Amino acid sequence: MTEPTLESIIVERVMPHSSAKIWRALTETTLLEQWLMHNDFQAVLGQQFEFRRPSMPGWNGITKCQVLSLEPPERLVYTWNPAGEDAINGLKTLVIWTLTPVEGGTLLRMEHSGFTLARTNAQKGTLHGWTGFFKSLEQLLTTL
Amino acid sequence: MSYESGVPNAPNEIFKTLADPNRRAVFEQLIREGEQNVRSLTKHAGISQPAVSKHLSILKQAGLVRERPQGRAVHYSANPKGLTPLMDWINLYGVFWKNSFDKLEHLLDGMQE
Repeated sequence: MTEPTLESIIVERVMPHSSAKIWRALTETTLLEQWLMHNDFQAVLGQQFEFRRPSMPGWNGITKCQVLSLEPPERLVYTWNPAGEDAINGLKTLVIWTLTPVEGGTLLRMEHSGFTLARTNAQKGTLHGWTGFFKSLEQLLTTL
Repeated sequence: MSYESGVPNAPNEIFKTLADPNRRAVFEQLIREGEQNVRSLTKHAGISQPAVSKHLSILKQAGLVRERPQGRAVHYSANPKGLTPLMDWINLYGVFWKNSFDKLEHLLDGMQE
């Protein structure tokens, strides 16, 4: 696994399985539940769905998602936004799955990006991006 | 923050503290330019000196800023250690995904082509 940064987490692994098989595990709700979380995922572009896990102090356990890209069996992208009153309002994260056939199987790559707050200002109707800000934070962290 | 397995809980205090764009700008200015007093920060902020002072006080409470009194002046600087909960959270997410990959691999091993 690549070291997480303030902007993204990347996990890559070659799996000795066909990309078609891995795609099923990523997109069939009952299979997805077995290795990730309870969900109502549907492989439909634009579809909104939820991942659910038991709630915990400060979070209701629900992650709201929407399918943004669906290219079987190569690429799957969805938003990943913890929901509920106590979750961070406006945090928009993105999960990108890519499947690349390689010798002996498939390279599965997951990139979870956007640990950045895009805060909606209702009055101004603008989005305050945090990307540049997090770059500054990383600069600061090098001084730790 | 939760250390049980599964999706980690977020460091809400940091996010809430930094949700205000002006406050974030003050913090960012300290990261970029290093230690400064209120007057110098106000020059860049585009908000009043009392407003800057209020933001500094909230940032200090959250552990993101520290102050160093020198005579009658107070110098402020960003405190990298204040970001530790944020880094922990992201690291825990990394662990969550790595564990999920392990479970996925196990599932695939037991699935027919």
